[in-house]
Amino acid sequence: MDIAIDTSKSRYHVDKNGYYGRFGGAYIPEMLYPNVEELQQKYMEVLSDPGFQAEFTDLLRNYVGRPSPLYFAKRLSAKYGAKIYLKREDLNHTGAHKVNNTIGQILLAKRLGKTRIIAETGAGQHGVATATVCALMGMECVVYMGEIDIERQAPNVARMKMLGATVVPATSGSKTLKDATNEAIRDWINNPVDTHYILGTAAGPHPYPDMVARFQSVISEEIKKQLLEQEGRENPDYLVACIGGGSNAAGTYFHYLDVPEVKIVAVEAGGKGIHSGFSAASTKLGKIGIIHASKTLLMQTDDGQIVEPHSISAGLDYPGIGPMHAHLYETGRGTFLDATDDEALAAGYELSLLEGIIPAMESAHALAKLKDLDLKPEDVVVLCLSGRGDKDLNTYITNMKK
Amino acid sequence: MQNRIDQLFASKKKDILNIYCTAGYPELNSTLPIMKALQDSGVDIIELGMPFSDPLADGPVIQDSSTRALKNGMSIHQLFEQLQGFRKDIHVPVILMGYLNPVLQYGVEAFLKKCAETGVDGLILPDLPMAEYEQDYKHLFEQYNLDLIFLVTPETSDARIRKIDTLSRGFIYAVSSSSTTGKDKDMGNQEAYFERLKSLQLNNPVLIGFGIKDKPTFDAAAAHANGAIIGTAFIRALEASTDIVPTVKAFVGNIRGGKAVGEKTI
Repeated sequence: MDIAIDTSKSRYHVDKNGYYGRFGGAYIPEMLYPNVEELQQKYMEVLSDPGFQAEFTDLLRNYVGRPSPLYFAKRLSAKYGAKIYLKREDLNHTGAHKVNNTIGQILLAKRLGKTRIIAETGAGQHGVATATVCALMGMECVVYMGEIDIERQAPNVARMKMLGATVVPATSGSKTLKDATNEAIRDWINNPVDTHYILGTAAGPHPYPDMVARFQSVISEEIKKQLLEQEGRENPDYLVACIGGGSNAAGTYFHYLDVPEVKIVAVEAGGKGIHSGFSAASTKLGKIGIIHASKTLLMQTDDGQIVEPHSISAGLDYPGIGPMHAHLYETGRGTFLDATDDEALAAGYELSLLEGIIPAMESAHALAKLKDLDLKPEDVVVLCLSGRGDKDLNTYITNMKK
Repeated sequence: MQNRIDQLFASKKKDILNIYCTAGYPELNSTLPIMKALQDSGVDIIELGMPFSDPLADGPVIQDSSTRALKNGMSIHQLFEQLQGFRKDIHVPVILMGYLNPVLQYGVEAFLKKCAETGVDGLILPDLPMAEYEQDYKHLFEQYNLDLIFLVTPETSDARIRKIDTLSRGFIYAVSSSSTTGKDKDMGNQEAYFERLKSLQLNNPVLIGFGIKDKPTFDAAAAHANGAIIGTAFIRALEASTDIVPTVKAFVGNIRGGKAVGEKTI
């Protein structure tokens, strides 16, 4: 188990002060200081503990169903002229990669003596994954979700409720993921002693970006072993993942960040087009700033007000990006592309027909850029299929009629 | 070098009343008339909120006032324009409160310079980390003779409060309970915390804020510190107001009204 691997010598992982280059940190009001400081001081100790790792591994194997398959997508490969593997996070319990992190964080919360869990959710995948582990551990669970997302992700709202969680609508601002995160942070300010905040993406104040990336790093740990078995090599030529905050991407890249021959490709949500005013491509449209207590690339006005993003995918509808990814962008370690709503839809329909897999709208953004990668037949591509598309059926069906 | 905040605390130790209002609320040009009315009503310190789209430490009332102010067209540039020359009429200390991101976009040094030029005395930036302030910005605050006011909460350790005390200038903002602004948490439970603050014998004066909304809560807080800060309740009063000046006078008069006989503070 490599979740506690020493990354202190890496240029691309977090430094001892909680920064990735000039991004990261913990820009928190004093009310959050004791909680965040406790996490900063204890997370590596807990993650390094063999007892913790044994429990984490056991639940991932027997409850989540890991390792998730690394599937050679034959017809997709034929279409794009390369060897394309899909890392099937969609086959996890609850249907996405999110559960890797919620299992890790709830075990951590128990060790910190917390009894109440809060979370934010966009598409509802992280909310479902949090509600699931709370049911598993018998802990109280409150999930904040933007009012607009509650409408467009109704099945996930029903799932959370059935799992015993209270779903609280976020009615401020754009009523999506950013605002749900604000409300979760406000809840934590008001409940500092008994509550742990299970943040769902590789963003927020240090240590969340690194902690979430480590729980998700099981993805790249498995890719290494599986690719060695199937291709006789640990390293693909390309790693491709979609990015909102960036947790599935962080997990996919984690053990490859310091392997320069592996090309890292990140796909952001272009919305209706980069310059349409309806986009969520934070590296292209953002400037350095602070969102959710992290210094990162952020869509904002000249006056420093955070801009409301747009994406067809609720999970990518976020005006910032995790600080690790901002650093990968700035250093050039990662190639950042963006897929429009229409490109993502087309890629979703295509995967369904070519491979019999309906992808989450988020993952469809990653698929949509295969056509732009200038692939050679011998290239090995691993694409993180971060979630399944059941929750997006309405969106798919509505757009099919057009 | 003494500024207006230091001068105030040098001459007045008790019952200091600091009132918060959001710049550009309820109307874009309400800022100065409200400040003037606050001064005329006997408020000791004015705290002006710079509206932000994502105010994490604030409850719904101040959030809504910020959203409205932004819709009205308020921005840091606009605020400095409004504050140009305000010292002709307003002599009480003025503090700007806001979140770090808009200040970063303006440019920290340019911002501090502008504060000093217009006659602002201090700043509250709740999401500016102490270590970053000490390392990157402290010298600039000193250069422009601006106070940075830090928050402490019931969960802040003694050691950290002492560290904050050494870095603070002006006063320390003691958050009455662990909450966002405008929550009605029972202050009665906070007695031990207020006593702990007192026993630390800090160098800086202390004002208590969050949950102070009327005369009883103000008196209760002021009994444990040098005074108190009111925000949400004042925004609520403005929200319900049709005429700002009498509203401000009535609100402050209510807080300041002679101490009720036999009314026991917590």
